[in-house]
Amino acid sequence: MEILEILLSENFWAAALRIATPLIFGVLGALICEKSGVLNLGIEGIFAAGAMAGWMAVWLGADLWTGLFFAALTGAFFGFIHAILTVPLGLSQHVSGLGITMFATSVSYFTYRTALPQVSSPPRIEPFQPLDIPILSDLPFLGPVLFQQTAMTWLALFLVALVWWVYNRTPLGQALRAVGDNPDAADAQGLSVYGLRIGAIVAGSACMALGGAFLTMSAFDAFFFGMVNGRGWVCIALVIFASWRPGKALLGALLFGAFDAFQVRLQTEVGAFLPSQVFLMAPYILSIFALVIVARRAEYPRALLTPWFKGQR
Amino acid sequence: MIRIEPREAPSRLLTIGIPVLSAMLALLLAAIPLTFAGANIGEAYQQMAKGIFGSMFAFTEMLTRATPLIFTGLAATLAFRAKLWNIGAEGQLYLGAMAAVAVSTGWISGPPILLIPMILIAGALAGALGMAGPAYLKTRFGADEVVTTLLLNFIILIFIQMMLEGPLKDPMGMGWPQSSPVVDNALLPQILPRMRLHYGLVIALVAAVIAHIMLSKTVWGLKLRAVGENAAAALHAGIGVKRTLMSAALISGAIAGLAGVSEVAGLRGYLTTDLSPGYGYTGIVVAMLAGLSPLGVIVAALFIASVFVGADSMSRAMGVSSYLADLVVAMALICVLVGGFMARFTIKITPSNNTLPTNDTGVA
Repeated sequence: MEILEILLSENFWAAALRIATPLIFGVLGALICEKSGVLNLGIEGIFAAGAMAGWMAVWLGADLWTGLFFAALTGAFFGFIHAILTVPLGLSQHVSGLGITMFATSVSYFTYRTALPQVSSPPRIEPFQPLDIPILSDLPFLGPVLFQQTAMTWLALFLVALVWWVYNRTPLGQALRAVGDNPDAADAQGLSVYGLRIGAIVAGSACMALGGAFLTMSAFDAFFFGMVNGRGWVCIALVIFASWRPGKALLGALLFGAFDAFQVRLQTEVGAFLPSQVFLMAPYILSIFALVIVARRAEYPRALLTPWFKGQR
Repeated sequence: MIRIEPREAPSRLLTIGIPVLSAMLALLLAAIPLTFAGANIGEAYQQMAKGIFGSMFAFTEMLTRATPLIFTGLAATLAFRAKLWNIGAEGQLYLGAMAAVAVSTGWISGPPILLIPMILIAGALAGALGMAGPAYLKTRFGADEVVTTLLLNFIILIFIQMMLEGPLKDPMGMGWPQSSPVVDNALLPQILPRMRLHYGLVIALVAAVIAHIMLSKTVWGLKLRAVGENAAAALHAGIGVKRTLMSAALISGAIAGLAGVSEVAGLRGYLTTDLSPGYGYTGIVVAMLAGLSPLGVIVAALFIASVFVGADSMSRAMGVSSYLADLVVAMALICVLVGGFMARFTIKITPSNNTLPTNDTGVA
């Protein structure tokens, strides 16, 4: 009975979309990198860097959109390092990505601590506010769910459409897919495999950083150590679940958001019978489960994890 | 045009020299964040050195810190050699610690000669179990072990929390989420009086030697390396690839579990959720710095432990954030990756022409 009530309530669906937003940025970012043939395990650290950089810029006086731009730029910077290591140098994508995660996380933490040596409660900024669109926001159900989200949620949804359009309708998308599926053929067609792969990783990493920035600039208003809390790794699982399709990526993120919002509400209903940790574990278990179901059928970009060198067949 | 060509075979000097240079370079690069933090650089390095070599106590603290890193470094080394990406040593460490605590907090009594092997075996089994899941999902369903082990780290830590608030909670713990203390007879004894350094280090060193022998002197090691270098060829040669992967997974997990036993029974005496400040992840850096050689792991772990202990002591003395240590460790990893590349390849700059190189050497 209560379960049905939860599923029908508008604030449940509003929460689901809110929780999904950083994941949408993250899954899209991972998708852009992997479509070009390069796994980016730097995502967890790039989330932290985006969260710190965007927040820090606003805290230092920039407006919110400048802060977002700065976050994306920071993500692009770490993405560029990963790109150099994995594309022209062809180093292990796993190890390089983990290195980027360690590097980006420690740079962010160190910078935050150096700028704010001793603060007991983290300083706050004025974050993105829910868009209050006249008329639309007052619609029953759809109003609170869709039209009272912050601008960043809309940015995320817009990016899903943009990424879909680029990959399915433009020559650029075709080229980006080609370097991830068959770099030799792409090279033979005169495409720059290095350039496209590096560009994709930089763009994808910028997108990931926006997901991090959502945490400090929309979901919360301050930066905390450890606030990313595995969201980046969840995105890596979701992109496989989505078979590298932007639409399915959105669906995966929404399902995850819905599940997470649901477990929080269920916890208040039946929390007395089960330890709260059971609910905290559930989203991670769900991610593994989703991965196992699709793993065999997933249509991996064929050159994923395979370095490519010009002039070597 | 610029061409990247593999060397014939990286010389022995380069194999050892590159990681050493990378580590030194990462330490030098620490000057950049130190400048940002407004610290006197010379003094900072001096404080770091003092924090490691300044006293017998400081030095043994460094060895104490190196102990779990040797274990997790070995865990990463054995798995990575088979191209099995076990990123879950952090979780396996906690499972090992939990198993040790579960069997040694009072309900079994006996002499140390009985209890210590028992907690070591329990911890190793728990760690192995923690890696058995992802390895099974990989070999049976093709689920990427990177993602499953990473996510499991979070699941395991939450599970430990649950246990520490439930069945494993210390009734005398004043409500803190911590386990009951490990009984005295199960504690790993200290090596020197009045120092925290404990016999976990000896076990770690023995484990490194055994891992070295297994990897380079046994058929199992040969199979493992064959699977890591070319799984398809190994399968063709009649090697049971899945079995080899599974055994590598179990041994890797077991060693990570021992790290947890060593920390909980050698150092802390009871289990909390802040037992490890990321030793599992740092083990990956140790393994890479060691060039995936078990004996190299010892040296690399000593270096990383020095960075942590030195930076901790420097940051206490000078007020620089201790996240500097994590930064140096991350930079060391990136430096050794690039260095490893330079050891294996040469970059040739030749006048542009149309001849294609005929080299088809595979690239790891």
